[in-house]
Amino acid sequence: MRKTFSIHGGVHPPENKHQSVRTPIRFAGIPSELTYPLSQHIGAPAEPIVAVGDRVLKGQKIAEAQGFVSVPIHASTSGEIIAIEARTVPHASGMSARCIVLKPDHEDRWIEHAGIADYTQEEPAALVKRIREAGIAGMGGAGFPSAVKLGIKPGTVIQTLIINGTECEPYITADDILMRERAEQIIEGVNILTHIIKPKETLIGVEDNKPEGIAALQKAAAGTRIEIVPFPTKYPSGGEKQLIQILTGKEVPSGKLPADIGVVCQNIGTATAIYRAIVHGEPLIQRITTVTGKAVDEPQNLEVLLGTPLHHVLATAGFQADKADRLIVGGPMMGFAMPHDAIPVVKTTNCVLAPTARELPPPPPAQACIRCGMCAEACPVSLLPQQMYWFAMAKNSDALQEHHLFDCIECGACSYVCPSSIPLVQYYRASKADIRLQEQEKRKADYSKQRYEARQARLQKLEDEKEAKRKARQQAAANQTSAPAANDAQAIIQAAVERTQAKKQTANDPAAAAIERAQAKRDGRAPTDDNPLETARLAVASTEKRLQTAREKLAQAEAEGSDKVDAFRTGVEKTEAKLSEARAALARLEHQTTSATPAASDDPVQAIIERAKAKRAGLADDEDPIAKLERLLASTEARLQATQEKIALAESEGSDKVDALKTGLEKLNEKHQQLTAELNTARASQTTEGQ
Amino acid sequence: MALLRVTSPHAHHPMNKTGWVMLQVLFALLPGIATITWFFGWGTIVNIVWASVLAVSLEAIVLKLRKRSLRFYLGDFSALVTAWLLAIALPPYAPWWLVTVGIAFAILIAKHLYGGMGYNPFNPAMVGYVVLLISFPLQMTTWAEPRGVAGADLPNFLQALQLNFGLVDRTVLDGITGATALDLFAQNKTLQVSELWLNPIYGAIGGHGQEWINAAFLLGGLVLLARRIFTWHAPVCFLLALTLAAAAGYDSGSAASGGSPLMHLFTGATMLGAFFIVTDPVTSAVSNRGRMIYGACIGVLVYSIRHWGNYPDAVAFSVLLMNFAAPLIDNYTQPRTYGHKPVEKSS
Repeated sequence: MRKTFSIHGGVHPPENKHQSVRTPIRFAGIPSELTYPLSQHIGAPAEPIVAVGDRVLKGQKIAEAQGFVSVPIHASTSGEIIAIEARTVPHASGMSARCIVLKPDHEDRWIEHAGIADYTQEEPAALVKRIREAGIAGMGGAGFPSAVKLGIKPGTVIQTLIINGTECEPYITADDILMRERAEQIIEGVNILTHIIKPKETLIGVEDNKPEGIAALQKAAAGTRIEIVPFPTKYPSGGEKQLIQILTGKEVPSGKLPADIGVVCQNIGTATAIYRAIVHGEPLIQRITTVTGKAVDEPQNLEVLLGTPLHHVLATAGFQADKADRLIVGGPMMGFAMPHDAIPVVKTTNCVLAPTARELPPPPPAQACIRCGMCAEACPVSLLPQQMYWFAMAKNSDALQEHHLFDCIECGACSYVCPSSIPLVQYYRASKADIRLQEQEKRKADYSKQRYEARQARLQKLEDEKEAKRKARQQAAANQTSAPAANDAQAIIQAAVERTQAKKQTANDPAAAAIERAQAKRDGRAPTDDNPLETARLAVASTEKRLQTAREKLAQAEAEGSDKVDAFRTGVEKTEAKLSEARAALARLEHQTTSATPAASDDPVQAIIERAKAKRAGLADDEDPIAKLERLLASTEARLQATQEKIALAESEGSDKVDALKTGLEKLNEKHQQLTAELNTARASQTTEGQ
Repeated sequence: MALLRVTSPHAHHPMNKTGWVMLQVLFALLPGIATITWFFGWGTIVNIVWASVLAVSLEAIVLKLRKRSLRFYLGDFSALVTAWLLAIALPPYAPWWLVTVGIAFAILIAKHLYGGMGYNPFNPAMVGYVVLLISFPLQMTTWAEPRGVAGADLPNFLQALQLNFGLVDRTVLDGITGATALDLFAQNKTLQVSELWLNPIYGAIGGHGQEWINAAFLLGGLVLLARRIFTWHAPVCFLLALTLAAAAGYDSGSAASGGSPLMHLFTGATMLGAFFIVTDPVTSAVSNRGRMIYGACIGVLVYSIRHWGNYPDAVAFSVLLMNFAAPLIDNYTQPRTYGHKPVEKSS
């Protein structure tokens, strides 16, 4: 027999499993109304794709998965959609959430569906897609989308596929009865899983309190490579991480997934659902649910259509409402107490427990913690619950995290053994929620702070620039006219007015304001300078600066996901256009002053090339051709480098100018080669001449 | 159908109740108490009864002042445990006022001023004991000689009652008290151990009578251990450390030698301390590794104080000293959580 490992701690609560396995699985029937919560799994809720009044068929998809970690939902019988509204869902808080409500027509007509005759001929990816489309999420209780677990990263080798038939929670026998009655389906499902992930070994872990189930599985698995591994009963051996430790001796590192240590874990109920989805083409529309507790007359396992209200399920098993003290969805250790019985069975509902007050007495008031350490002895992940309790009461988040609060699996073993009846798990849940909230708020605050600081810096920069400009203007005015003092005062007032206006504009729309400011700058500066070439150079320089600022702003906006991104992008584009205009103008002016070759182009690269040509043309008059060529080569090299830098920037910003810039780079490269060749020829000729 | 809304887990261990834990501790003390009574007479029983009455009354008064439910909080029997432990530790014929001062200090100051059950950093019984030992050394070291050693007969129950409550002349006690086994060792300067052992106060391996009392407490302790009221870590490490320290200090018999390891294990308050004081969960370290360190340190301290200190026995001082250190030990002995590498911790 295979060696199994033991987990730390654990408890042995009364099992109470025998009551519900006396009769075979029975179909619970079609209720008068079915309710489908859009979130029956971990991840994003599904989105309805039907409208009120639509008629749907059994197995028809009624809600589509949203995002990667999500699964669709299907109608579990034929009928009419009568509402899409908030209803109470099976959740610890008893909250309401959006549900699709279906009124069955009791014809139970299937949508057209077909299975795959031979799945071994199918690509694993196609099978995974089918599993996702069938809406299958972990049926052991957590409801993690199965396809996500099976979508293994390429290159990851899965050593062990573990099928979880532990069912360590007291009372629940849904997996047990499934093993007893449908072992072949389980094994077939496991075979499909083996085909998909190709593990080195496949183990089905079952607690040794289910000898009939183990025997049935062993019989069905005969001749396959699947190994049935019984191990001693102890709660909570069925936790995914616990089972992995029991069967492999390995621990899943904190914050990592089982796949990271080469293990994939699936529940046996999920394996059966996968079998039905692949071989019969049926989506997940029903499941086996244990109905038990002393407040039901005939504890048993029912095959329940998803969406069936609890009262229908309970009535099928002979529910004595007056005897029930609480209504628990799930087991006595981790189940949720429900506020009423009009709550639907969902993909994760493995048990409906209706205990009497004698059976599961309400917890007595909590006494003081005497740090006896029974909780630490019971903890399956070796936490110190008694210490965490003190830290939770003191709201000491740091100490809680140092004591690995987030590794707590909330199994309830600590609360179960606590002699002072302290609801420890509740403290940990509340603390986890608190810490998550704190972190969220801290992130938000950090973010606001960053934004505020960036804004302050920007405003300061603008102010400084304006101040410098004002001083320059003042200086210029003083030099030109030596105006009377009254003018000075007027200028100051004027500047103040301008500043105020600028501020107002900034407040309204930063992008528009920036553009306006830029225009104002250009307009304002043009007449003050006498030398047109100098003006053009200044214009190019300042536009370049503006472009730089605009790009920075855009990058920041993109990083922050601000809704100003588009505005900023337009600004950047406009500034770029302006820059090319300014450069063209500068080139024109330079040509006029040197060789008067007009070169106007909207394309900056073209302009650069033109300028280079113009320069070369201008230099052609010079006497020393080699010196000329050398100068030209140097400047081409400089331009080459500048262009490369621009490309890098454009690429990092994902700008659409990249291609244009690259064309420019190629052209520059050509020219560089040409020039080098020319220079070499010139040098060679000079040498021969000298000889 | 009124459905109860509570969070999981919905099931609770039926027998795990603090009151039941405390009751089991009290039951486990019974063999030791019976043995003490056999060897020293009824004095300890009188003390236990008186201490219990006092402790419960004082606890009730404080609970009343703190506006807490009497029934609920008295039901944890923790006051009784404190009372019994202190009464057992006191000399059998300690006067009533000594018990009163000790219990008042233990319950009022060591327990409730710190917040009551579960919040006290120091073991209340040991605080009471140490306060008495420092304040009233004469009364605290007046031990009756055990049956088989005492010159006179042991007092009967009525006499014990009268003695303890000062209704008769307490000087009659002088006739039946003497030095204890540990006293003699502490005071010994010249005698070889074998010569010292000729004194009838010594028995086969420990103090006469004391070895049986220790054995009885060991028995009670083992029962509690088997019932998982506490884990083995602290008591076993305490006894182991004491044994090793005694072995290191024992040179098989010179005048400078300490007592043999067996003598240290079966004399004084060793077994009572190991299974009923060192195991007090409230004031000890919390993790198993921490409890091992905690117990071992107490063991070494007990031997050190017995051998080099002025006081013949040392369990109370050692436990209180390590109560101080418990939070520090906790800080460095956090167990490795599933999926984590071993903890490297700084303060």
